[in-house]
Amino acid sequence: MGAALAVLNRLAGASALDRFGLRKPVERGVHEATRVGFTAAGRVFTAVRGRGVSRLPDAPERGLFDLTPTDEQRMIRSTVEKFAAERVRPAAAAADAACAPPVEVVARAAELGVSALGVPEALGGLGTERSAVTNALVAEALAHGDLGLAVACLAPSAVGTALALWGDADQQATYLPAFTGENVPVAALAVQEPGALFDPFSLRTRAYRTPGGFVLDGVKSLVPRALDAELFVVAADVDGRGPALFLVEAGTAGITVEPEPAMGLRAAGTGRVRLARVSLPASAVLTGDYAECVRLSRIAWSALAVGTGQAVVDYVIPYVNDRVAFGEPVSHRQGVAFKVADMATELAGMRLLTYRAAALAEQGKPFAREAALARRQCAEHGMRIGDDGVQLLGGHGFVKEHPVERWYRDLRAVGVVEGIVLV
Amino acid sequence: MINLEVPAKFAQLVDQAHQAAAEFFRPNSRKYDREEHTYPKELDLLAALLDGLSASGGGAGAGGVRRETVAKRGNQNGANLRLLLGTMEMCWGDVGLLLSMPRQGLGNAAIASVANDEQLARYAGKWAAMAITEPDTGSDSAAIRTTAVLDGDHYVLNGEKIFVTAGERADCVVVWATLDRSKGRAAIKSFVVDRTTPGFELVRLESKLGIRASDTAHFRLTDVRVHRDNLLGSPDIDTGFAGVMQTFDNTRPLVAAMAIGVARAALEETRALLNEAGVDIDYDRPWTTQPAAAATFLHLEADWEAARLLAMEAAWLADNREPNSLQASMAKAKAGRTATEITLRCVELAGAYTENSLLEKWARDAKILDIFEGTQQIQQLIIARRILDKSSTELK
Repeated sequence: MGAALAVLNRLAGASALDRFGLRKPVERGVHEATRVGFTAAGRVFTAVRGRGVSRLPDAPERGLFDLTPTDEQRMIRSTVEKFAAERVRPAAAAADAACAPPVEVVARAAELGVSALGVPEALGGLGTERSAVTNALVAEALAHGDLGLAVACLAPSAVGTALALWGDADQQATYLPAFTGENVPVAALAVQEPGALFDPFSLRTRAYRTPGGFVLDGVKSLVPRALDAELFVVAADVDGRGPALFLVEAGTAGITVEPEPAMGLRAAGTGRVRLARVSLPASAVLTGDYAECVRLSRIAWSALAVGTGQAVVDYVIPYVNDRVAFGEPVSHRQGVAFKVADMATELAGMRLLTYRAAALAEQGKPFAREAALARRQCAEHGMRIGDDGVQLLGGHGFVKEHPVERWYRDLRAVGVVEGIVLV
Repeated sequence: MINLEVPAKFAQLVDQAHQAAAEFFRPNSRKYDREEHTYPKELDLLAALLDGLSASGGGAGAGGVRRETVAKRGNQNGANLRLLLGTMEMCWGDVGLLLSMPRQGLGNAAIASVANDEQLARYAGKWAAMAITEPDTGSDSAAIRTTAVLDGDHYVLNGEKIFVTAGERADCVVVWATLDRSKGRAAIKSFVVDRTTPGFELVRLESKLGIRASDTAHFRLTDVRVHRDNLLGSPDIDTGFAGVMQTFDNTRPLVAAMAIGVARAALEETRALLNEAGVDIDYDRPWTTQPAAAATFLHLEADWEAARLLAMEAAWLADNREPNSLQASMAKAKAGRTATEITLRCVELAGAYTENSLLEKWARDAKILDIFEGTQQIQQLIIARRILDKSSTELK
């Protein structure tokens, strides 16, 4: 772990890390002890004038079909895989039960630099170019440990990535430096809303223009670590003219947060965030391509599904080989073996669709279709893999002694949730 | 560096294959579906044209699957991927006509893959079909009953072969036969038999559900004398079957490519018909908020894309001299079942059940692609044995 961390630091260029200086978090809010129903609280971000906006350039265009990750990607992936196996998986069941991620797991992920990959070097991050493929590989590897904890670890980096991609100079200078250190703020990209047939392009959360800026009204659902969050990026419809993203500090008046435990993703500590006449300055709006945000998020969810799907397949194979019924391993029956074959085949397809969309995105090419198809496939077949995983373990799949029931619950999120994570 | 786009260097080939499919296959598609067993003479001109191109998009390919032993020089996009992409385009035109392309038979693939140099020269320019299946033996190819007995410089072949694609039109047929039925797969050899050899009798041509442009022959072999130089691979029992089967690691992705081609034809046609009917496919709106036809289409298109990328991966691995048996079977399994699902669903979505549209034909054509060169269930067996680490005696 140490060696790989050192490599990540070297990638970053050690001098870059503190270029803007990390602001120390101010006193946390008084509501930490009894958090239900109170205003979310966090550090205060002091507005800073930026000296110019920093954008990551597109990754280089490539001419050949290739499924080989770069040496750097391989190294980052193996670091995260090790972390996922040693720290994430062992903590997953307890975090699921507690509806909260262990602080040390999230802190360790931040130390590894997962939040800094999407932030340009000029702003103290690790990024030299768009890295959607690397981000997808990281999400996949983390989700192999646990999907809920992966979401908890990756939620802040989505906000960092959003600022890097769509923030102006002042927004980047004010908020981004905090995302490149080890004390990464608890932050979340809040797009999802409660209710049937949610469509991220037809938001019920509204932003009204006022002389001083905007007023936001609405409800956001399934926000990870909502009760601890310090910063939100909230999607809202602006004056009925379509969605935009807003930087909303958690301590802003009018924000209340409540726990919203769900079928799965419980380790992410999901909460509902209510915005009641929340006044924001004009500088709070991010001027980016909102559709791009939704699409990048869908690729990230696809990558999470691939990682969790792989966890199911890896768990089921030894189980069906060891489990004996009618005098031989159940895997000697075609009814079992063919199901495992289909799980592996569909998983391989999900992975290729996800990588294709990510590779197009980072090269700056159109990827709306590819992101949609990746998510469609990963939602459908990811869920089926989770379903088959429980089925193949029979009654043992239904009890919490084995992790497959958790994966079953978690994988349902892929077809439901928008936002939260980005590649 | 990860990238899953069609390489720029193959763009011209893809374009040429597409034009050939559009100009030669599509206009003749319905005609030869109706006139089963009629020779599609238009293909002679096309075949002559393609022979002049460095890479044809032909069926199993006349030369694309040979595994050369050259030093690897970084990431390769080579003959396997090129042939795969060409096959997809041609089958967007018509699967049955592709299978009828002169000199592009599966037997040509076997010869290209396992023949020695002398045999390669002797069969250059010949059209070779492949005869494996027998009336009582399909997927279980190790159990074939056609026998070959050495008599002087000749093998004497006796038996019956069915489902021989282009068997009547081909110049020769690669016939699988056993030297000793008690020795199982180790004794199975393949022999190139000229169509004119005495005792090699065409029993009949099948009438089929689909790919009716492609002839499917039934042969009886009665004391057919084949010179020993016509045996492909080693004449010794105990060696060679793996090599013969390896041919299929390279041709399975091509059958997947056929499925991907015909499925794309159906998706394109259906999208156009849905657009006419006022239903547009939106990639950004959640499928749950779109009309059922659009949501279904997105579902089909995602499956199609998965099949396409799996096939490209299998071909790419072959180009890079990596083992690809697992990926080849995954590609064939996914593409076979997906093409059937897509083409049948497209008939339903478009309401195109009549012969006024090609959609109903494509739904009939697609079914064979989930059957020949290893059925869906055989692919599942291969995949399952590999990932579960089981032998054929453990997982039957």
